[in-house]
Amino acid sequence: MSEKYIARSSSIAARMLAGEMMVMNSADSKFFTLNEVATAIWQAADGQTPLSQIVREQICEKFDVDYAQAQADAEHFVAELAEHGILLVSDQPFTDRAVGSPQLPQEPVQ
Amino acid sequence: MSLMAEVGQKAFNLGVPLAIHLDITYRCNERCVHCYLDHDDHGELTTAEIKGVLDQLAEAGVFFLTLSGGEVFMRRDFFEILEHARRLLFNVKIKTNAVMIGEDEAARLRDLNVDTIQISLYSHRAAVHDAITKLPHSFERTIRGIEFLRDRGLRVTIANVLMTTNIADQAGTQKLAADLGVHYTLDPTITPMMDGDMGVLALRIAGEDLGEVFRNSALVPNQEEYCAPPPPPSEEDLEGYSCSAGHSFCYISPYGDVFPCVQFPLPTGNIRQQKFLDIWNHSPQMQEVRSIQARDLPTCSSCSHVASCSRCPGLAYMEGNMRGPSTADCEKSFYRTGVPTANMLKQGLSKPRGFAAGVPLIQIRPVPVPA
Repeated sequence: MSEKYIARSSSIAARMLAGEMMVMNSADSKFFTLNEVATAIWQAADGQTPLSQIVREQICEKFDVDYAQAQADAEHFVAELAEHGILLVSDQPFTDRAVGSPQLPQEPVQ
Repeated sequence: MSLMAEVGQKAFNLGVPLAIHLDITYRCNERCVHCYLDHDDHGELTTAEIKGVLDQLAEAGVFFLTLSGGEVFMRRDFFEILEHARRLLFNVKIKTNAVMIGEDEAARLRDLNVDTIQISLYSHRAAVHDAITKLPHSFERTIRGIEFLRDRGLRVTIANVLMTTNIADQAGTQKLAADLGVHYTLDPTITPMMDGDMGVLALRIAGEDLGEVFRNSALVPNQEEYCAPPPPPSEEDLEGYSCSAGHSFCYISPYGDVFPCVQFPLPTGNIRQQKFLDIWNHSPQMQEVRSIQARDLPTCSSCSHVASCSRCPGLAYMEGNMRGPSTADCEKSFYRTGVPTANMLKQGLSKPRGFAAGVPLIQIRPVPVPA
């Protein structure tokens, strides 16, 4: 199976609220919230790191879950967000830095 | 409850400022007859200051950012501000008259993935629109701007403020929006001017006209429910709050003054003097606004409309008491349902009297900044 690379779309708005990432695509104003695991994948979607590596380093190690299950869940999640234009998916690393954003939202300071 | 409503409630409960309205200038190329602003520059925030504010707002958890004015395109640094806002991943809505939007501006707004652009339009007839804006040819320039934005695939909403001079054109304006393929919203609210002048309130449409608006099926699809007499308020209703002002929403002026809402001129602090979060979390005024539940309202808590009324605490504040009734909303509740409000009954009125001339108003005044 070929490797997948994922990048955050430049058309999205995002912010952390109470441990969940709010994400909205300006193209259709569809609104999503991502749970902690999904947020970890989304934040790691730099267009350069293979999805399998993201799953190992951000999911399996941090959330102590089995790799095969985590990879399957991640692929399902990535496909869903790609359908809504929130993540871009490629079998090659992304070179266009128009994708994604260097400013990753953190939990609000109170 | 929709996901958006759930998130809004969560932010409300946590006291996170989910949405901010930031006016970046009060300068404008139009001179609308009903406008509550003056149009001079009394020391606007600089580009660097606005970027700093945006950094603070992102850190505070703000997600929805409305950039407005005045006319936002009067600032030469508008796109620099917008680029910074989008880099910080805000969901950005812009309010403009679109007069200065050409093909290039529309293309840049598209590239920056602005969520929605709300454009003021007062009539489908150029003469009526231009008489309100007092800017010759503003109608044709606004329509052209709308077309440029629409053709770029941007989401456009025409905002139609209803007043005595254009109420006859409401249906025509709504049809024009449909013909242009854009959204349409209307607002019958006319706000007193920031210098305290209430002359503009003469432009408010008559109560009977308001009733017609509520019974227009093209505007209110679920009329039967919307115009039904209010059910008796529950205990839970009395524990409720008026709106999100000061809870998960606030307003920042071009001079850095922070208010609970754009229509609630209670000064709470200035971001040239304090960090935004210090004002948001610790301002006694913000805390007071946040503390007011429906049961604390001396007149409205006994009103049958208390759970369904759109009572604006900011308009009430401008009438002299943020815990008091807002006359404009009493009118809306009465003409929507035909049921008198507690405020009317208290005054022995069978129908609303309208906004009383001579009522002292609190004014928006810039907070003095030490040299």
